[in-house]
Amino acid sequence: MIASFAARAGRGVQLALVTAALAPAAWSFCGFYVAQEPGSLFNRSSKVVLVRDGEHTVLTMANDYRGDPREFGLVVPVPQEIRPDMVKVAERAILDKLDQYTVPRLVEYYDEDPCPDEQLAWGRAAEAKAKSSSELEYSSAAREDDRSYGVHVEQTFSLEEYDIVVIRAEGGSGLEAWLRKEGYQIPAGASGILESYIRQNMHFFLAKIDLSAQKELGVQWPRPLRVSFDSPKFALPIRLGTVNADGAQDLLVFALTPRGRVETTNYRTAKMPTDLDVPEYLVDGGNFATFYSATFERKVRRDGMSAVYTEYAWPLQVVCDPCTTEQLTGAELNALGATWASDYHGGMSGGFVTRLHVRYDAAHFPEDLMFQETADAAPWQARYVVHHPFRGDTRCAAGRRYEVELLERQASEVANVSALTGWDPAEIRRFVPARSDR
Amino acid sequence: MDPRYLQIGTLASLLVYGMFALDFEILPLNAALIVGSAQVAQWAGDRAHGRRYDPRSALITSLSLCLLLRTTAPWVAVLAAAAAVGSKALIRVRGKHVFNPANFGLVLAVLGTGQAWISPGQWGNAALVALFFAGVGTTVTRRSERADIPFAFLGFTAALLFARSAWLGEPLTIPVHRLQSGALLLFAFFMISDPKTTPDARGARIAYAGLVAVLAFAISYVWYVPSGIVWALFALSPLVPILDRVAVAERYQWPSLTAAAAPGR
Repeated sequence: MIASFAARAGRGVQLALVTAALAPAAWSFCGFYVAQEPGSLFNRSSKVVLVRDGEHTVLTMANDYRGDPREFGLVVPVPQEIRPDMVKVAERAILDKLDQYTVPRLVEYYDEDPCPDEQLAWGRAAEAKAKSSSELEYSSAAREDDRSYGVHVEQTFSLEEYDIVVIRAEGGSGLEAWLRKEGYQIPAGASGILESYIRQNMHFFLAKIDLSAQKELGVQWPRPLRVSFDSPKFALPIRLGTVNADGAQDLLVFALTPRGRVETTNYRTAKMPTDLDVPEYLVDGGNFATFYSATFERKVRRDGMSAVYTEYAWPLQVVCDPCTTEQLTGAELNALGATWASDYHGGMSGGFVTRLHVRYDAAHFPEDLMFQETADAAPWQARYVVHHPFRGDTRCAAGRRYEVELLERQASEVANVSALTGWDPAEIRRFVPARSDR
Repeated sequence: MDPRYLQIGTLASLLVYGMFALDFEILPLNAALIVGSAQVAQWAGDRAHGRRYDPRSALITSLSLCLLLRTTAPWVAVLAAAAAVGSKALIRVRGKHVFNPANFGLVLAVLGTGQAWISPGQWGNAALVALFFAGVGTTVTRRSERADIPFAFLGFTAALLFARSAWLGEPLTIPVHRLQSGALLLFAFFMISDPKTTPDARGARIAYAGLVAVLAFAISYVWYVPSGIVWALFALSPLVPILDRVAVAERYQWPSLTAAAAPGR
């Protein structure tokens, strides 16, 4: 993606120049990716990979748990009894790669010399690479005790650093009490939600950390858990998480499907604003992360916390452009449960990836998220564009026109950021250097 | 005044609102193709039957399709519009067309081509939007004297949703949220309310509304297939001619300049 131009004789400097004028970028090139610190965008979000093929679902849940492993407990409603062959521990690295692959991106272009005959044009060499369970003995005495709570244990097994239990329950309050007895930090008021799942004939998948196994495996933080099951419902249960939340929850859903983009059917799915020019200063440090967080917050506020936002929707056999990390391989997609994916010629794989971002709480999102796969296989990404102004000599007729257009463009860049984030334009303009200080 | 003008105005406004305020994924090209193809099909049909060309019903059909049909393939847009208008001319029983044209075109495009879809969540579930739909919809349907069916349909649907949530022990915010769905209200006031494809007799209409509500509920909450209302209406439309045989009443006529002289009006 780098176009190289030989140096003028006499200077002998190799340059990388992008041919892009002040006009919008050509279709064939989406800009150089400005690398961000991996995971710097929304590292407090829960992350879930949802693979759906026909009626088969593979759900991978990552957790950012950094506390006492004795207090870790996962409770997930599932539509069927989960047997040991339906659970795996997933590698965190693959999930992080998927996150990085789909992350909203900042791209940069360099304005070319408006007076090319005058002198040597210069520009920075752009970085084109992206700068992101044995069967446990369950005593019969314990089983009797469970029955008094209305809980039937269906499976219990160890899997790497986890102890897994799959149960059915008869009533929400009994289940809530049993979970508390077993050391799960179930918030008060959850019994109603648990009851509604029980009446839909759902089972419960529970996971705790086995301290000795964790030590033996040398695993510092609990790894993502991958659960497979079959169900006509294409949904994600989010209600349990809202019960005890102080404020809104943040969730990233990475949907992998064989055909096309995934959206919610019981809530509005909207695309984040994209393809907007933004000021140059966003290239530095964590400025882009701050900008995008503010953009997302504002969107959520203006929409009254009522929508789910698409941040990335891409067919996997089309090469990423720009790429924020290496192409996802068939093996990695298979590891996440997308079994239709394979390595095509050139290391590309099939299917479609959708990145959905939702900020929710119980009041605004009373229902679990229900999804559908659409026939929309068009590539789309949340992309923000920086045009580096030309910093050489512009003392020619074309150069003077360039300076005028540049001022207009910089004004619209500031206006864009202000409109997206709600920040004061005067504040933003302070970070745009005047043309006289070159 | 012919209620179709009000309906055209409302649908066009909703389309503009959807495209600009709610970021609907409607490609302007597709919208133009849908409207154009519907008119061409209407003109061809009118010519073939020796009638005067009347763009109004085809315009309503095409605007409804624009609001509901999602596709990235322009040929699917053309096919849906042509099939919608065509079904009105070709699929008739005793001189009355069986399928709501927009519903027919939508189902054909989604099930038949595999390159189209419906986004039931696209309107969101805001109370204000719901109120707007209900208000406008009531006005439009009262003009066409068919306000009974949308309210009957919504009544049956509400009863089913509240009953389900009560049985599951879910908070009632859930059925309330579902009833605020813009897609549901659009369907109630602008699709199932179609006076030309619903039973002639009031009692039969209310029974029909109940059947559609029950089937839609089963599709959505028993088999978990999205957009249940669209499939339910399509599946039950062939029942209308049967209901018209059983409960005979005056067939609906759009008001016209010669209304006083027209029979059955």
